[in-house]
Order: sequence, then structure tokens, then C-alpha cells
Amino acid sequence: MSRNRLGRPPAYLLLPAGLAVALLLVPLASLVARAPFGSLLERLAAPEVLDALWLSLWTATAAMLASLVLGLPLAWLLARVEFPGRSLVRTLVTVPLVLPPVVAGVALLTAFGRTGVVGAPLRELGVTIPFTSTAVVIAHTFVALPFFVISVEGALRATSQDYDEVAAVLGARRGAIFRRVTVPLAAPGIAAGLVLGWARSLGEFGATITFAGNYPGVTQTMPLAVYTLLQEDLEAAVALSLVMLLVSVVVLALLRERWFGQAAR
Amino acid sequence: MRPLRAGAAALAAALTLTLAGCGVGASGDDRTRLTVLAAASLTEPFDELAQEFEASHDGVDVVLGYDSSSTLAAQVVEGAPADVLATADARTMRIAEEAGATRGEPATFATNSLVVVVPAGNPADVDSFADLQRDDVTYVACAESAPCGTLARDLLDRNRVTARPRSLEVDVKAVLTKVELDEADAGLVYASDAVAAGDTVETLPVPHASEAPNSYLVAPVQQSAEPDLAAEWVELVLSDRGRQVLDDAGFGGPTP
Repeated sequence: MSRNRLGRPPAYLLLPAGLAVALLLVPLASLVARAPFGSLLERLAAPEVLDALWLSLWTATAAMLASLVLGLPLAWLLARVEFPGRSLVRTLVTVPLVLPPVVAGVALLTAFGRTGVVGAPLRELGVTIPFTSTAVVIAHTFVALPFFVISVEGALRATSQDYDEVAAVLGARRGAIFRRVTVPLAAPGIAAGLVLGWARSLGEFGATITFAGNYPGVTQTMPLAVYTLLQEDLEAAVALSLVMLLVSVVVLALLRERWFGQAAR
Repeated sequence: MRPLRAGAAALAAALTLTLAGCGVGASGDDRTRLTVLAAASLTEPFDELAQEFEASHDGVDVVLGYDSSSTLAAQVVEGAPADVLATADARTMRIAEEAGATRGEPATFATNSLVVVVPAGNPADVDSFADLQRDDVTYVACAESAPCGTLARDLLDRNRVTARPRSLEVDVKAVLTKVELDEADAGLVYASDAVAAGDTVETLPVPHASEAPNSYLVAPVQQSAEPDLAAEWVELVLSDRGRQVLDDAGFGGPTP
């Protein structure tokens, strides 16, 4: 139809597009090809690996709970309420997206470290954060919260405010509108934001190793385990990387409907 | 037809720019690069030796890459474009040697032993190696994949310290950083790292440490494009001048 009218896609577009696909595909395919399939199960069942996997899963989930509790109200505020400094706050939310994660780790140390702005008073109370799983959750939340907030704010903006207004006309108070109208309408966006943030948490490396340290079972998440193993046992590192790759694919499958479904339309 | 030609022109222009960009990097003013991959603990003495090497070799830039010895050995085995490899123990050098990635016999040029460093002022009152055992002392060490981690494990066992480190850092500089930032009450680092850290840390000896020092080895890399310069770098490291720089940096002499 329209394809015939427009003619064949030109080679000078097809070629770079093909190269782009190759650039993304070749390293991933090589990773799979290099995996030690013979000893894969045995390697993945090693206690350190299971510890790292479990730690990664629960800290990423805890970070998403924190993102939900803190990020949903913030996203709502940004989408629905006019307030001075709103664009400033929105910019602030995007900073961790572009900040190198190691820098995020250093920043977290200066805030929550034992001599940090918040960390020093906490230490007086007998609480130290670095080298604990709590530090991992804080690092994950710091880097993943922007993904969640931006995703949810977009979803809130996409759903019309008219429904909120109708509910208000019918006598609902703003808190009730938020709970019973706004959030249900934005639920798919909230779910997508959670999955996206969760995936970002799972891949977090720089901020975690800088701020939380690296100890098996306590702060050594999957990416840290891969990096540590890489020093001595490439095959084991590849085996672990394969698990991370698998998780990424599952996350993409979960998000497919939302993203690729829309893009195809 | 027109858009195709415009596109081809754009592509050609882009390619020309890319090629031109490469040209500047490669042949700009005929400078030669000597790439030295060295264990992180060698940072200070090798930085100094690099300056002296550049001063005595016109047109040569020494490019230093510091990382954990095992990472570097793996990079050399995988064919990283390097000229010299210097590792912090014999085991990692053997990995490169057995893969045929080094040229000639690696030479031992220095030794190093572990010490305990505490933040300036010693906030946790760590008075001896045995204090690492105390519940209220947070200490960090290297992961066992790095030479400093193997040494730490050995010395903790010899001294019957069973308390575990709070974090296993991938290289020794990361251990030092945790102590310098006062996030850990103590750390196990090389004597040379304690010297490099200066006033930011205080140093305590580790019993039995001198019985098991680790050796530093250096060798030219097989695929080096500058074998003569690589050999000269090894010579400099092994020379009296090299010995003095290493001494000043806290390294011990090569054991016979």
C-alpha cells in the first residue's frame, strides 16, 4: 500500500540500521555462546551465587516499595499540583539518571556515611548504614526512583484530569480522588514504573560497591558478584551474567505490551 | 535519485571525518606510546618512573593502566594492546606467562607486606592486629581474587583472627579509600599504600607479615609493538634508580 508508493528503503539507511542491530546483538549472543552450559546449573547452585541472587531480588523489591511510598506522591505532585519550583524539582528528579553511579555512591557516602551529614547524627544513635543491606536498598532507591517517578508522572499526565474534576464536583475530597480515581486510572503506568525501576535496581553496580561495599550475603548483589568473579573465574562470571540477561529478557517481556504495543500502533 | 545522492554525500562526509579523526590520533606528531599495565598498588612509584622515562625518551608517552593484577593478567591474555605487565604476585603473572602472553622470564623487582591502617586519630582505638577481632571494630580487606586478599586471609588465619571483614574490596586502593573516608575503623593494605596515604591514615604492624611478603613481577608483553622500549622500561624498574623510587614508596627489595 503506502509502502509501494514510497519505494524501497534506501541502502544508506538500511546499512547503519543493520550495524546498530549487530552492535547490540553480537555481544549478547557471544555471552550466551561463551556460557559454560555443561556446568551451568552446578555453578548457579553455589551458595554464594544463590546468596547474591536472593540479595539482589529482595533489595530491588524493597527499593521499589520505597519508590512506591515516596515516588507516587511526588509524581502526583509534579503532574497535578502547580507549585513554585516545580520545574526545579523535576530537574532534580532526573539528575540521578545522568549522574555516573560511582558519583552517586560518593554522594551517598557524604550524606549517609559514618561522618556524613545525616550519617554522623545517626551514628550517635547507634545506627551505621554503610556495609549493610540497608545501604544497598538506599543506593538502589536513589538510582531507580527517577525511573519510577518519570514513568508515573507521564502516566498521570496521559490520563485526563477531567475524571478528577468530575469526582470533585460529585463531592469527593482530594485524598479520596487520588486513591479512588487517579491511581486506578494510572495503574498500568505505575506498574510499568515499578518494573522499570526494579530492573534498574537489579543492574545497579557503581553506587552499591562505593556506598555499601562488597560482602557476600550482605551487600554483594549479582552485578558485584559478577565483577568479583571476573577477577578470577571468567566462566563463573559469564554464568552469572547469563542469569542477569535472562532477568532482563523477562522484564522486557513484561513491558512488551506497554511499550512495543504502543509503538506498533 | 536526489535524496540518495545527498545521503551518499553525507555518508561519505561522515566517513571522511571519522577517518580524519583517526588520522590525527595515530600519526599526529609521531609520538610513540608505551602502555604499561600495573597493579593498583604500584600507582605512585610507576607514575614517578613514567615521568623520568618520558624525560629521557624524546617523543615517548608512557600510558599507565592500573587495576587489580588478575584483571590486568586477563586483559593481556585476551590480547589488550599493552607493552609491559607488572603484577603484585607470582600467581597472576603466571596466568599471563602460561598463556604465552609475556616475553622472556618475568623479573621480581620488589616485595610488599600487609599493614593495618586506621583513619587519622584512630577513632576506634585499634591498638593491635588482634583488635580486629573486637565486635565494635569495622574493618575491610581485599577480596581473595586479588593478591592482597589472599595475603589478608593467610595473615588473619595465622593470627587466629576469626572476625570477618565488613566488605571485600576488589582492589587494595578501594580498601584504603574506605579507611580514608572513615567508613571503616581499619583496613588491611600494603605498606606502600600506607606510605602513599600519608597523614590521612595511621599504620599498625601485622604480626608474621614479613614472613609472607608478596613479590612484584614485571615482564614485557609478547604482542608489544615497542619491544625495545618495553625492555628499557623493565630495565628502569630493575635499576638502582627504580629501586630507590620503590623504596621511597614503601616497597621492600626483591627477596633473593
